[in-house]
Amino acid sequence: MQTFTYERVRTPAEAAAAAARTPGAKFLAGGTNLLDLMKLEIETPAHIIDVGKVGLDKIEPTPAGGLRIGALVTNTDLADHRTVRRDYGLLSRALLAGASGQLRNKATTAGNLLQRTRCPYFYDTNQRCNKREPGSGCAAIAGYSRQLGIIGTSDACIATHPSDMAVAMRALDAEVETVKANGTTRTIPLAQFYRLPGQTPHLETTLEKNELITAVLLPPPVGGVHIYQKVRDRSSYAFALVSVGAILQQDGSGRIAVGGVAPRPWRVETAEKLLPAGAKAFTAQLLQGARPTKENAYKLALVENTVAAVLNEGKH
Amino acid sequence: MKFETPAGVNPIDQQKVIGQPASRLEGPLKTTGTATYAYEYNRAAPKHAYGYVVGAAIAKGQIRRIDRTKAKAAPGVLAIVTAADVGQLPPGQFYVDRLLAGPAVDHYHQAVAVVVAKTFEQARAAAALLKVTYIATKGAFDLAAAKDAAPLPKPGPYSGPSQTNVGDFKGAFAAAPVKLDATYTTPDQSHAMMEPHATMAHWEGDKLTCWCSLQQLNWGARDLGTILGIPKENIRLISAYIGGGFGGKGTALSDIVLASLAARAAGRPVKVALPRPLIFNNTTHRPATIQRIRLGATADGTITAIGHESWSGNIPGGGTESTTASTKLLYAGANRFTELRLAVLNLAEGNAMRAPGEATGMMALEIAMDELAEKLQMDPVAFRIKNDTQVDPEHPGRPFSSRKLVECLQTGADRFGWSKRVAKPGTVQEGQWLIGVGVAAAIRGAPVMTSAARVRLNRDGIVTVETDMTDIGTGSYTIIGQTAAEMLGVGLDKVVVKLGDSTFPQSPGSGGQWGAASATSGVYAACLKLREAVAKALGLNPEEAQFANGQVLAGNRHYALGEAAKAAELVAEDAMTYGTLARQYAQDTFGAHFVEVGVNRYTHEIRVRRMLAVCHAGRILNPKTARSQVIGAMTMGVGAALMEHLVVDKQVGFFVNHDLAGYEVPVHADIPHQEVVLLEGLDPTMSPMKAKGIGELGLVGVAAAIANAVYNATGVRVRDYPITLDKLLGKVSLI
Repeated sequence: MQTFTYERVRTPAEAAAAAARTPGAKFLAGGTNLLDLMKLEIETPAHIIDVGKVGLDKIEPTPAGGLRIGALVTNTDLADHRTVRRDYGLLSRALLAGASGQLRNKATTAGNLLQRTRCPYFYDTNQRCNKREPGSGCAAIAGYSRQLGIIGTSDACIATHPSDMAVAMRALDAEVETVKANGTTRTIPLAQFYRLPGQTPHLETTLEKNELITAVLLPPPVGGVHIYQKVRDRSSYAFALVSVGAILQQDGSGRIAVGGVAPRPWRVETAEKLLPAGAKAFTAQLLQGARPTKENAYKLALVENTVAAVLNEGKH
Repeated sequence: MKFETPAGVNPIDQQKVIGQPASRLEGPLKTTGTATYAYEYNRAAPKHAYGYVVGAAIAKGQIRRIDRTKAKAAPGVLAIVTAADVGQLPPGQFYVDRLLAGPAVDHYHQAVAVVVAKTFEQARAAAALLKVTYIATKGAFDLAAAKDAAPLPKPGPYSGPSQTNVGDFKGAFAAAPVKLDATYTTPDQSHAMMEPHATMAHWEGDKLTCWCSLQQLNWGARDLGTILGIPKENIRLISAYIGGGFGGKGTALSDIVLASLAARAAGRPVKVALPRPLIFNNTTHRPATIQRIRLGATADGTITAIGHESWSGNIPGGGTESTTASTKLLYAGANRFTELRLAVLNLAEGNAMRAPGEATGMMALEIAMDELAEKLQMDPVAFRIKNDTQVDPEHPGRPFSSRKLVECLQTGADRFGWSKRVAKPGTVQEGQWLIGVGVAAAIRGAPVMTSAARVRLNRDGIVTVETDMTDIGTGSYTIIGQTAAEMLGVGLDKVVVKLGDSTFPQSPGSGGQWGAASATSGVYAACLKLREAVAKALGLNPEEAQFANGQVLAGNRHYALGEAAKAAELVAEDAMTYGTLARQYAQDTFGAHFVEVGVNRYTHEIRVRRMLAVCHAGRILNPKTARSQVIGAMTMGVGAALMEHLVVDKQVGFFVNHDLAGYEVPVHADIPHQEVVLLEGLDPTMSPMKAKGIGELGLVGVAAAIANAVYNATGVRVRDYPITLDKLLGKVSLI
């Protein structure tokens, strides 16, 4: 871990301003990912801005009938929240499918969205990785890629975004609320929040430099059956090989976002029109243009099968 | 005391304390976090510094240059040790890896340097500033590619001959009316023990004390002495508690060697723990294998030909994974052939991991048996029973000392409800789950080794046992205490057990499933001597003296045990040594594993639903700790079957998934109800304890039983471990 300076701020605006003052600064919230990466010198911030005490830990109803989830609400509290469990069951289930109780107690809503990939080459600083060290190449594409992405990837990077929560948020049409260093705020639909890697896989979101997430907004509940099915080699404490977050309506319509396959939660709204036709037709459209490696081509079938399982469960 | 003829009746047979399900003596220390592990001896060596190990960034080649300017100038740095400072270190005997690279690099993450600083954080930060440049050369990392050129190696000290031939295998196999010829693969696996390799080293003059985490302290002192070039008598090793080893902490590895060198360089005690991401490539692992099995049988299911060829790889000087060990002994069959070949690979060293060879070999053999049973249209339990043997099939004049494989299979079949099995695969469904059951036999050698102990008696009647035996989480403290309590007629509350100090009388340590049977026999020998000393001190005839309820009785005289030590503490020391019984008899442990799995019909995720093990291992010294050993082993078998896989990057040449997020082992949610049945039956050919080890038996066969259950559930035969859903996708035909 490299030496860094540290400050604690009191308000979101102060945080963004502090970041603007100090180049190379990082915001620290739960620390469950950032601190690990700093110990391995994958992240080497010169300055840490601790936003742990800026508030932002409330879950409140919005005037529109949705929910405003503070950036610092822990994964545990969010999964356990009465309204979330009743109206946004998908979100609660996705959260509980991720990590462990201890990690969920510390991990925050914004931090979860911003967690880095779990590609093993990203984690080993001796290996080539364009995401960690732009221009160094990608050792994963011709290496061990069984768990990596099949769509939305590029020749520079095939890493996936590891979050379960983000998959649910994407299906729920969540929006990310932010504040910039100049004090202005904006909301970014989650659909536009993550960038695809292209030739710049180190740039992962559309956040501007020093922009701080203050909340995640959920639109009013849409009802339906909420299912999160996460597929993995062991029963718990593993990242998804594939996960399917679904909200299915009685008329056969629905929304599905998929995790474990792409650099962001993968959702194709136009494909959802094919849901009444079944898993095969939907998945073919969802994964059109997929470019799997030999090692992860199984994910094409796995997505289809898991979607089939979810559609089947939705009927019962 | 030398054990040369089968044991008669002796005090252990009373089973007042031995054989009882005593809770672990050190359990409260562990559950309260107060058992002291190697890295925690802070008060024993005050003002210690911290060493951080730097691993090689390449798999094979040379260190071109180490620029230490920045690291040396970093805050708190006390010393930097590389091969340029201490010269090339010779390897030890049991592990053959060079524990400090330079100038050559033999494998990825081989230690290149240790950086010592006042705090752990300073050492880690400075280690990152060490600039090492390399000249990389091409290496061999692909076992399948290296296989055909792999020679027959010389057998190592713990593996049998590389090739065995009995009868006419080729002719019998060719002539067999029913046969199987299949190839199986097992991946590289890591011990993944909870406690990382760790040492605190402290020099006083030329005497070195290491608080460490080693399974075999006698090997540790021997190998550390060789590597450092100092007499082993100058080394004291202390391993009171060990957070798992599984063969990966047998003797000196980089932590103890570098802590010792760093402490010398820094002029103060230094502690070193290997960071988790370093352990997988820096230390040893269970090597991958490719195994070809050929079985031939007559139509009635009598095996006539057994052939087992196996390939594994290792660094130069390393040994084979002896997968054929079980095949030589498990089933009858007149014509037999086994062969082990060894390729040179430039990955980390392959070496012992729980039931080395046997666990790996049985992963293949016991699928093959399931496959041949199906071809014969025989029940797999009945097929195994039909081919039981009561003599060593390669040496028919050598009987098994005790072999209850048939009873294990039959008891297990009854308890499990095997008769309800549907033989046709892919036919049982429950909701989204395809259900299957599988069986496999288990066999594991039961060696006993010379082991010594010292026993003390004080005036309060407290018995203290001292031996350098270790407890790696197995229950050694408890069974050794039970042995002494039984021998001296006291309760466990009157016994103090001190282990894990190399200044104590020498045991063979924990490994090879020899620890329990050997160490307790050494304690038995020492206790016999103490009984004589007690009788003598009390003026009793040792032949007549009875030890019971804290009393010594002879005729109508009786004394409190402590009376004997009224004038002075009584001390007795002895070792148990062995004659030729192990050559006269095949001494092995046996078992049977039954497993039910569910395979998700959509995702093909595999989940184990229930497990049963029936084991026979002579006298069970403590059914509670024995059961714990078996359920732990069964859990490891689930890992081997379904997830454990050190993935080789064949371009760079290293294990890619080198942390516990990438290298998956079972979590609680993966482990269903586990039932263990321990069959009774003493084995008087082993030692006066009449016991055998059980810690490794519980693993052997588990993975194959799961594989066979997956086949029964799906109709898909996976011959390449681990059995993951991607190997089933597209192949399961749903009803």
